Amino acid sequence: MASAALPRAHAVGRSYAAPAAVAAAFALSLAFLALPRGTVPAWLLRVPREWVPPLRRWLSAFMDWLVGSASFGLFTFKDLTRAFSALMDWPLWLAKSLLVTGFQLGEGSAAVALTAPVSWLAVILLLTLFAYRLGGRGLAILVFLCFAYLALFGQWESAMVTLSSIVIAVPFGVAGGLALGIWAYRSPRFERALTPLLDVMQTTPVFAYLVPILFLFGFGPVAAMIATIIYAMPPMVRVTILALKQVPEEIKEFGRMVGCSRRQFMWRVLVPTARPALMVGVNQVIMLSLNMVIIASMIGAGGLGYDVLASLRRLDIGAGLEAGLAITLLAIALDRMSQAAAGRSERRRGRQGGASGFDGVMAAALLFALATLWLGLRYPWLARYPEALEISTAPFWDALVRWINVNFFDQLEAFKTTLLVYVLVPVKRFLLAQPWPWVLLLLTLAALRLGGVRLALVVLGFGLFVAFSGFWTKAMITVYLCGLAVIIAALLGIPLGIACGLNARLWRVVEAVIDTLQTLPSFVYLIPVVMLFRVGDFSAMIAVILYAIAPAIRYAAHGVRRVPAHLIEAGRASGCTPRQILLRIRLPLALPEILLGINQTIMLALSMLVITALVGTRDLGQEVYIALTKADVGYGLVAGLSVAAIAMIADRLIGAWAERLRRRFGLQA
Amino acid sequence: MRPTRGFVAVTALAALALLPPPAGAQVESTDPIRLTLHDWTGQLITTRIMGEVLKAAGYNVEYVQADYLAQFAGLKSGDLHVAMEIWETTGRQAMDEAVATGLVENLGETGMVAIEEWWYPLYMKEQCPGLPDWRALNDCAELFATPETYPKGRYLGGPVTWGGYDEERVEALGLDFEVVHAGTDAALFAELESAYQRRAPIILWVYTPHWAPIKYEGEWIEFPPYEPACYEDPSWGVNPDLAYDCGKPRGPIWKVAWAGLKDKWPGAYRAIKAFRVTNEEMGEMIARVDLEGESVEAVVADWMAKNEDRWRAWIGQ
Repeated sequence: MASAALPRAHAVGRSYAAPAAVAAAFALSLAFLALPRGTVPAWLLRVPREWVPPLRRWLSAFMDWLVGSASFGLFTFKDLTRAFSALMDWPLWLAKSLLVTGFQLGEGSAAVALTAPVSWLAVILLLTLFAYRLGGRGLAILVFLCFAYLALFGQWESAMVTLSSIVIAVPFGVAGGLALGIWAYRSPRFERALTPLLDVMQTTPVFAYLVPILFLFGFGPVAAMIATIIYAMPPMVRVTILALKQVPEEIKEFGRMVGCSRRQFMWRVLVPTARPALMVGVNQVIMLSLNMVIIASMIGAGGLGYDVLASLRRLDIGAGLEAGLAITLLAIALDRMSQAAAGRSERRRGRQGGASGFDGVMAAALLFALATLWLGLRYPWLARYPEALEISTAPFWDALVRWINVNFFDQLEAFKTTLLVYVLVPVKRFLLAQPWPWVLLLLTLAALRLGGVRLALVVLGFGLFVAFSGFWTKAMITVYLCGLAVIIAALLGIPLGIACGLNARLWRVVEAVIDTLQTLPSFVYLIPVVMLFRVGDFSAMIAVILYAIAPAIRYAAHGVRRVPAHLIEAGRASGCTPRQILLRIRLPLALPEILLGINQTIMLALSMLVITALVGTRDLGQEVYIALTKADVGYGLVAGLSVAAIAMIADRLIGAWAERLRRRFGLQA
Repeated sequence: MRPTRGFVAVTALAALALLPPPAGAQVESTDPIRLTLHDWTGQLITTRIMGEVLKAAGYNVEYVQADYLAQFAGLKSGDLHVAMEIWETTGRQAMDEAVATGLVENLGETGMVAIEEWWYPLYMKEQCPGLPDWRALNDCAELFATPETYPKGRYLGGPVTWGGYDEERVEALGLDFEVVHAGTDAALFAELESAYQRRAPIILWVYTPHWAPIKYEGEWIEFPPYEPACYEDPSWGVNPDLAYDCGKPRGPIWKVAWAGLKDKWPGAYRAIKAFRVTNEEMGEMIARVDLEGESVEAVVADWMAKNEDRWRAWIGQ
């Protein structure tokens, strides 16, 4: 954060002017905190109500119009979306009939069963065989264990409800993301328009646009699926754009030389070459779709998400954990299978042909699966996993939480109080004491220095939006909660990530843990956290850290690992100690990746606001939630967009910083 | 879209398709009536009872899992039809907004009355013998304090969205307490469970019908009883300058429905309007499910068997 008088400071290299300017700005900010109450005029601490434009009313009116009367002449907008929803209902109905209900005639309580659902036995058998085909014995065992868990722990039916909407939502998310990504790759103008939209899709809390979606697409699994796709698709788009851009120039050159048409060039040259990178996008779509299971269950999708919510309302922590774990295992099985499928199509190009005997086994299993549609009607134990054979570990978990609570509460309480008194409360007071013009000034100057005039204008624009949304105080509480959580997550996650980057065995363990943390619904651990730490900011922060630490670890590990070997060799040759290699070579070169990791940590932290609102924080997430209870669409959207604006400010600033670091170290963008 | 599905099922499985029509052909429409299920047991029981009664009358019933607040969007558009429990205290605003659009209709009270008040576990009475009188609260405020609120006591209120005027009550009655809001019902009772396990001091918002006052032994604080004048007229009550110097009102739990219900299924409409249960029966059924581990279906079937005369009257039989 240098002042504008030092525009060339970074070009010269290290200069003491910049740190001095930062220190001065910080001192001044501290001064605001020290000033007696009332010295700073109230209008500087929050934008007066009269100055706030009636954006909420306009948005509400616009939504009313869109939902109620927007028309294309022959049919209304709502007719269009309802028709789309009817179309989407088809594959969903098919999947659900196959996996959950069986095919039925009629609906509701008057429905008559024509067939049973495909038996759990057949589903497990088919998936295990399929996994064996894709990835060999290891994968087959993993998939078998995951699905056996679902049956054994009595989660089968709910899991199949969830699975049937996931297997529909994921292909739509992947195909839509791929299409948008390809379009953006071809047209830079479209890419520029799309990028902010993707940010908004990812960071605006779902509750903010839930009500309009329910109106447009009807209350039920389809609306839930659309909300899922909105949330889960953006990473696929981003990854597609990046992957296509990274296809080596020689391959593109070759494609042009052999005279490919535009279509051939895309599908025969670019997409196959980019496939490994594209699979990262598929992984993210699967993970994020399963992340939405809880919210989807609130609007009629049912399934595991509903089980989690219902058991936690009864404070049945063990049952909530078992249902939550089922979501995680589903995510892991689907993810590993899709990764194996991608790897296999790579390998297959090398050696043609497969085991034809195995095809026979697969066909037999498939026939068996079809036969269970009818057999299930005669033998109920085929259609439903027998209840008598179910097991549960729920009492153990309840007892564990109780034991910790009874024996360690005082120590935990002391720890919490220390952190609250010495860290949380001072930071909160510090942030709330800052006048908004001063915060905007600092942000703009930082942007100016990191990225130039354009970035400064963008950041100023987002900042003004937040200030004039009428939610300034709530926004600062959001910044305080997420900011502290991100700092703690970075302090814990980056060193761990670096250690993982150096030690592959450690990485395998840590990866399993963070995959679990990211897909286990946060509600599952939020309730025990509340029991141990009471309602309040501290509990919310723990939940945010647990969820958002994953990218900090992942990216740091990735960054350390991909430092070019020749640079490390060069360091070793010139006599560096291992410590010097780490501090002088690996870390500086991994810094851009680490920054991207922090960027993602911020995004995830902000996306947790909806959940933390449930334990009583008073931030923007709570405002969005309140808007939902008041059925005030405009209010919720403005609060939701403020979250998105904060996310984008952080993203743009960190992106510019990472870019500068890359240039300094002579790395490619 | 629904009829087409049926059509597909018929063509795809033509061999099996010739089946008798569904029973109960004398009702106005055999389209399914969609009742919403939320995530608390009492509501599941209420809704299942209503559903079973409608089924007995020959109606086609479908249960849909829906969020308590998000469901209003579905009720307005006619995607959902009936919601059996809208609490005066927590759902009033959303309900009024929906009813004002003319797309949703209030079908009257369920007969259950929500009691909501400050509540403490019984073991606190040993340490603070003046309870349950509200005047004893200030003597024990430090007992209920936590490091964040010390020397004031900590009162755990419901989610902000429930309203309840607790800040105002603390101010008007001059209580040395600080109000902390839980974000959800689950968080609220998680704290109670935690404190109860350790027999630690806690005072919080509890309501009934709910499993908590059945599972945990405790008492409501006795505030000056509520009267409308208390909330509206500052001069009423112990504090002549401020309103809210009394306890909380006891609000009914309402039934609401899609406005088109009346025309499409008039018989069902009358039955839902006639539905009445009491706090006592509901409390007993909730306890059987949440504390004794019986299934909702079994408890509902038991109620149906014991109260046949009552529900037969709702459907005019």
